[in-house]
Amino acid sequence: MKKILVISGKGGTGKTVLTASFAAIAKKKIMVDCDVDAANLYLLLNPRIRKTEAFMGGNEAEINQERCIKCGKCISICRFEAIRAVYKPGNGGIESIVIDPLSCEGCGACVYGCPVGAIDLEEKESGKWFISDTSYGTFVFAKLGIAAENSGRLVSKIKEEADKLGKKEKADYIIIDGPPGIGCPVISSLSGVDIALVVTEPTLSGMSDMDRVIKVAEHFGIETKAVINKYDINTENSKKIEKICGEKGIEVAGRIPFSEKVPKSVVEGIPYVEFSKDEVSERINEIWEVISKGG
Amino acid sequence: MVITVASGKGGTGKTLVSTSLALSLGGDLHFLDCDVEEPNGYIFLKPEINKTEKIYLPKPKIDIGKCTFCGKCSSACVYNAIAVIKPSEEKKVRGSVLFFYELCHSCGACSLACPEKAIYEEPAEKGETETGIAKGISTFVQGRLKPGEANPVPVVKAVKKNVKEDSLNVIDASPGTSCPVVQAVKGVDFCILVTEPTPFGLNDLTLAVEMNKKLGIPMGVIINRSDIGDRKVEKYCKKENIPVLLSIPFKREIAVAYSKGIPMVESFPEYSEKFKKIYKKICSIVKKGPER
Repeated sequence: MKKILVISGKGGTGKTVLTASFAAIAKKKIMVDCDVDAANLYLLLNPRIRKTEAFMGGNEAEINQERCIKCGKCISICRFEAIRAVYKPGNGGIESIVIDPLSCEGCGACVYGCPVGAIDLEEKESGKWFISDTSYGTFVFAKLGIAAENSGRLVSKIKEEADKLGKKEKADYIIIDGPPGIGCPVISSLSGVDIALVVTEPTLSGMSDMDRVIKVAEHFGIETKAVINKYDINTENSKKIEKICGEKGIEVAGRIPFSEKVPKSVVEGIPYVEFSKDEVSERINEIWEVISKGG
Repeated sequence: MVITVASGKGGTGKTLVSTSLALSLGGDLHFLDCDVEEPNGYIFLKPEINKTEKIYLPKPKIDIGKCTFCGKCSSACVYNAIAVIKPSEEKKVRGSVLFFYELCHSCGACSLACPEKAIYEEPAEKGETETGIAKGISTFVQGRLKPGEANPVPVVKAVKKNVKEDSLNVIDASPGTSCPVVQAVKGVDFCILVTEPTPFGLNDLTLAVEMNKKLGIPMGVIINRSDIGDRKVEKYCKKENIPVLLSIPFKREIAVAYSKGIPMVESFPEYSEKFKKIYKKICSIVKKGPER
């Protein structure tokens, strides 16, 4: 079972359009959307939900106001500036100690630091994940709660589920749509994959971001290949990307030309290779050939 | 006055908007790039960096001589970043405590939970902030998360410390709606959401709008490449009563200029007036802001 992750560093370079097309091309596969923060792949795969599960991903500290002696020790312990004192009007001292739920990381340091045991951690639901059926096969995805923490753990969770389903279904591939950036959900997405496909574009931003995400993949020892999307927007920069990849020993798996038909396929909610048979879909097919080999 | 430019979906044109807004307003203006995973504002504003500050967070270490292998640190760690291996003479195993630093959030719970005070902390580098000057604005600040580090929030916080409340600040946020974006948006006066008229753009705009509502931040929308998809974003904004501040039709020339790192207001100067108008509108919504 070969695990293929599509990432980019920069957002909006075409990860999801590419992943949905791979889903339509590949045989015997499971799809996963690891962009749990802003999941989009479901918009192209039209899933029918088979199973919904709550993700208990985070904690929130709660102060028992009756037990609290208002010593303020928790305020100095908290490294996330999530605890503050509310003062009585005038100069009457501390009225109460309160937690800001949006700043609280649920780490529990305050629980251990409180001298009277007045703080507890409450587990809270921070998202949902789904197993679904699509006309392309089984698809696992998730939705992190608004402004919720722990996207990395939700990513690990759905990858684990996809692994189990892949083994059960004897899948040849797990095709993973990754999140933008280089932080915790990207690191969780990279863990245990066989190949990371970096989708970049020939803009200075795309190049700068590709460089950073490749560093992260290298840091974790993951084999990387690249795709240059909209390569004809700036052919000079595209050549530079090829040169940079060559120097790093990264194979450029393909170049996709700019096409105004791509957003139209998204509006229609159809994977591009099924939406149109043209140069763009040919290139995507060739890229799949390159990255699906071996493993 | 602090304005954050966010988006939900990546690649919709946050940096295009934030840099052009900053250059259109100019003068005493602080540009803060809070997309610390992938900062790109520097490409367009071409700052001269004159100060770099490393960001350190405490990293737990074990004084193995004091450790009794009780395992309390491991059960206290909600991030599963600590494993305690108990010593066993039978199996000839020496006791040890392992820290998985990629998972560590530097919260300090382990050292508080340790009854033997066997855990101490050392500073570890998480990233850096760079401060400088750029043509047309007064200060430029950006954060860079060190590649391989998981948590961008401390770096975003460090950049945001440079906000000058009594003058004008433009913040560029990262895509999405989770921790680093919340950090970049929290407490600001106004949030501009940049989107595109596709189901992807609308889906992620909806998430970003929900985030702003939760944080209580007034907002407006800019629709980039406004003619590439459908009209559902406009309908949604109307229904939600969110002002559409600007629509930017697709032009290949804008994409080409962007690819070269040329700010939009340089290649299309007519947008400068449009951004000034947007700023006036924002001032009237939040009832504050220095004159421009």
